[in-house]
Amino acid sequence: MIRINVTVDGVRHSDDVDPRLLLVHYLRDRLGLVGTPVGCDTSNCGACTVLVDNRSAKSCTLLAVQADGAEITTVQGLANGQWHPIQKAFHESHALQCGYCTPGMMMAAVDLLNENPDPSEEEIRHGLEGNLCRCTGYQNIVRAVHSAALAMGAANAEVSA
Amino acid sequence: MTDTLDKAESVLGQPMRRKEDARLITGQTQWTDNVVLPGMLHMAVLRSPMAHARIARVDVQPARHQPGVVAAFSGTDLADSWSTLPMAWTVSEDQKTPPHLPLATDKVRYVGDGVAVVVATDPYAAADALEAIQVDYDPLPAVVDMPAALTDGAPLVHDDIPNNRCFTFRLDHGDFEATRGRAEVILKRRFYNQRLIPNAIEPRAVVVAPTSPTGQTTIWSATQVPHFVRVFVALNTGVPEHQIRVIAPDVGGGFGSKLDVYAEEVITFVVARKLGKPVKWTESRSENYQATIHGRDVIQDVELTAMRDGRVLGLKVDLTADMGAYLQLLTPCIPLLGRYMYPAIYKFESHTLTCQGVFTNKTPTDAYRGAGRPEATYVIERIIDELAAELSMDPIEVRRRNWIKHEEFPYTTVVGLTYDSGNYEAATEKALDLFRYDELRREQSERRERGDVVQLGLGVSTYTEMCGLAPSRWLGEQGYIAGGWEAATVRILATGRVEVVTGTSPHGQGHETTFAQIAAETLGVPYDDVDVIHGDTLTAPFGLDTYGSRSLAVGGVAVQRAAEKVVAKARALASHLMEVDAGDLEFRAGAFGVRGTPDVKKSIQEVAFGAFSAHSLPEGMEPVLTADHILDPEVFSFPHGTHLCAVEVDTETGMVKIRSYVAVDDVGKVVNPMIVDGQVHGGVAQGIAQALFEEAVYDADGNLVTGTMVDYLVPTALDLPSFVTDRTETPATTNPLGVKGVGEAGTIASTPAVVNAVVDALRQFGVSDVQMPCSPERVWRAIQHAKAGEAGAPRGTIAYGGSQTATTAGGSA
Repeated sequence: MIRINVTVDGVRHSDDVDPRLLLVHYLRDRLGLVGTPVGCDTSNCGACTVLVDNRSAKSCTLLAVQADGAEITTVQGLANGQWHPIQKAFHESHALQCGYCTPGMMMAAVDLLNENPDPSEEEIRHGLEGNLCRCTGYQNIVRAVHSAALAMGAANAEVSA
Repeated sequence: MTDTLDKAESVLGQPMRRKEDARLITGQTQWTDNVVLPGMLHMAVLRSPMAHARIARVDVQPARHQPGVVAAFSGTDLADSWSTLPMAWTVSEDQKTPPHLPLATDKVRYVGDGVAVVVATDPYAAADALEAIQVDYDPLPAVVDMPAALTDGAPLVHDDIPNNRCFTFRLDHGDFEATRGRAEVILKRRFYNQRLIPNAIEPRAVVVAPTSPTGQTTIWSATQVPHFVRVFVALNTGVPEHQIRVIAPDVGGGFGSKLDVYAEEVITFVVARKLGKPVKWTESRSENYQATIHGRDVIQDVELTAMRDGRVLGLKVDLTADMGAYLQLLTPCIPLLGRYMYPAIYKFESHTLTCQGVFTNKTPTDAYRGAGRPEATYVIERIIDELAAELSMDPIEVRRRNWIKHEEFPYTTVVGLTYDSGNYEAATEKALDLFRYDELRREQSERRERGDVVQLGLGVSTYTEMCGLAPSRWLGEQGYIAGGWEAATVRILATGRVEVVTGTSPHGQGHETTFAQIAAETLGVPYDDVDVIHGDTLTAPFGLDTYGSRSLAVGGVAVQRAAEKVVAKARALASHLMEVDAGDLEFRAGAFGVRGTPDVKKSIQEVAFGAFSAHSLPEGMEPVLTADHILDPEVFSFPHGTHLCAVEVDTETGMVKIRSYVAVDDVGKVVNPMIVDGQVHGGVAQGIAQALFEEAVYDADGNLVTGTMVDYLVPTALDLPSFVTDRTETPATTNPLGVKGVGEAGTIASTPAVVNAVVDALRQFGVSDVQMPCSPERVWRAIQHAKAGEAGAPRGTIAYGGSQTATTAGGSA
């Protein structure tokens, strides 16, 4: 067992974990943060995507011990009193159907928009290439990310004005 | 004035944002894998690494001594607890339905066949302990290829089923031989619908709690069909049905793959009851690729007879369908569901179908989005294009000359199915406009003349399909065990809020939203006051669940009917409370008013409180406002549409890129256009995936070569274009909402549109078919072979991959 210290969705945790425990299983089974689902076993689908120190990462690709010292944000920590613009945009643009890929898709989109606040359609499609959706054909997801970018840009403009 | 107001307030036809989103976007979703119960154990399944072998010995004892292991069982250990898994549809008198036990005991018949299980305190411990189980296999030769499986002397998947033949049937409508005698053109083609893996992003999962406050054993399952699971687990295990509760909580997609009663549902149920503890089983993705059903895998030899003016006469199809190793719930009926769709929208004089099902040492097939209709639609829409090419006629024009005209509805096709409504002209006109068809044809000729490296291809598909399987009597005649009805309950509670209970079981379709729209509209109450409850046999004891694009056309109409009953009861009570003759009451915007006295009104929600308090009810009226309705529809619904696809094909690399895609669908009246568009997007994406990307490939020993998401190409955002979607609206005349299904339409329509486009780009080189998926390698080879003078497509990576093409000018020509 190895002791890790992590902050997840703003809460500090100190836990002894098996070295082989995957981060996603630590989040789900130890912390009970089941908002982050598992969709595959080859790191292809991206359903388990979270932010590790503000960068998107597939939490099935990391061991919990690798996250020692990290700050992690899951879909459950995304809203801050009110929905994050990406959550609003996914709802408004009908960017989800079954919703299983949605947590990972939104976390990947948040990272994409952090890096590139004004992405083109092509850049959005590139940025989300690591996340699979079987329901939507991606069209409304792309639209949602675009409209979240606009909303976040407008919000930033307001702050700086 | 009032009319305008009422119309403005109507929620039917509005893009209401979804009620289900709030929990899905905040991570508060309840997937089956999220269910955690005190003392819960974790089960793992040991699966056969061989496609075909006799089981000489299974020793689970070593696993029992592994850390954390509570129990381990072989199939023999549990043989008394269960019987053969259900198969619900017998398609012919000669159908062979072999035993299919939850864990194999005599032979394993595909890679992934379950052999033993381990139950441990932790999923990692359970997975570790699987490796300690000892199994001795005596390998047998595997049979993987359908035509090979049918030959004499082929290895037998089931020892007592000769030639691996599951069933045969033949259907004749009209006289095909006579129409062939008159034909001026005879086209023969072979089309192969490759095997696909459904890939719902949520893998399957089952949790069973042996006890509960109601005394029932509770099964949570990632299923489309909780009601089926309940009745079939009861029948399979002998546990009385009323002692079983099945919950399908939030379910992460299905596409037919969760329309089944699986071994793991029965095993988890039996093991949890045996141990007296809750047990969870969660499928890994690689396990899903082996142990969850596959789709398609159908060879179709087709013969089309026609006149030189483009008029079609007859269609003959010889179909061979791969069942895989066993029959799952609906495996043999998938080709049967396609049988009515061969004439499609065209006025054929004759149609003959011969059909056979074949066992192979592969994962069983079953319903995958469209289930039989995509296979049939692919054949008809591809061969109509071949006819157009043969006659040097525009593919749209050939279709126009043959389709049922708008004024000819209702129309009974050659197979005896009566289409109630349709407007192929309008949908096609709209699609051609949006697509800018003529402009693209001009660009295509220019590129051809220039000899561009990148060639343009245009493909069309004017599909129709049948959904909402019904009525029950008809399903019985077809050999199906169950019916096609659906149940709904609508109740207005004391506070005026409305509960709608449906027997359908959504897994992404948005029933909580659309069914609330229907109830809100009928009751005249605010949309926000209505909630929809589903997916639990305790709250919805009767239901036939969600598949086959049935939910709205059957379940949604049932909700409307139940809501109308509530209004009727409310009217009687309002008349009593308001002391007005019921005939003088009018119901508008959720309130009962007195004709000619606009100020006297009582809302239905106020009436509901009166029904709840029951202080003053008319003689004989029961308290509370609630009504049930179980609807058995009179017939299917028939959505249709025109899909157009433009592809750019790089003739040097074989790369196909979709340049534009237009879908104009007619799904009748639309309850929520936002959701309908979403269904079309996703459906089209899955159809494109079949055309260009996906294929489950087995090697000669029966190993699934595309065994993980690394090897099986589920398209990403980068692989797909933006689609242009639009609609025409020809209401169904067979239900009061005028609705048709939409869930499968996009998938059924798009595959032939894309392949027609690819072939259209390459036909100038002499290519007349490309085997799906039209990968760069296959496209490139098709061009090389054609240039070398070999007609047709090359053989693909699998046997019978090649397409045999023979065009015969028959008749007097």
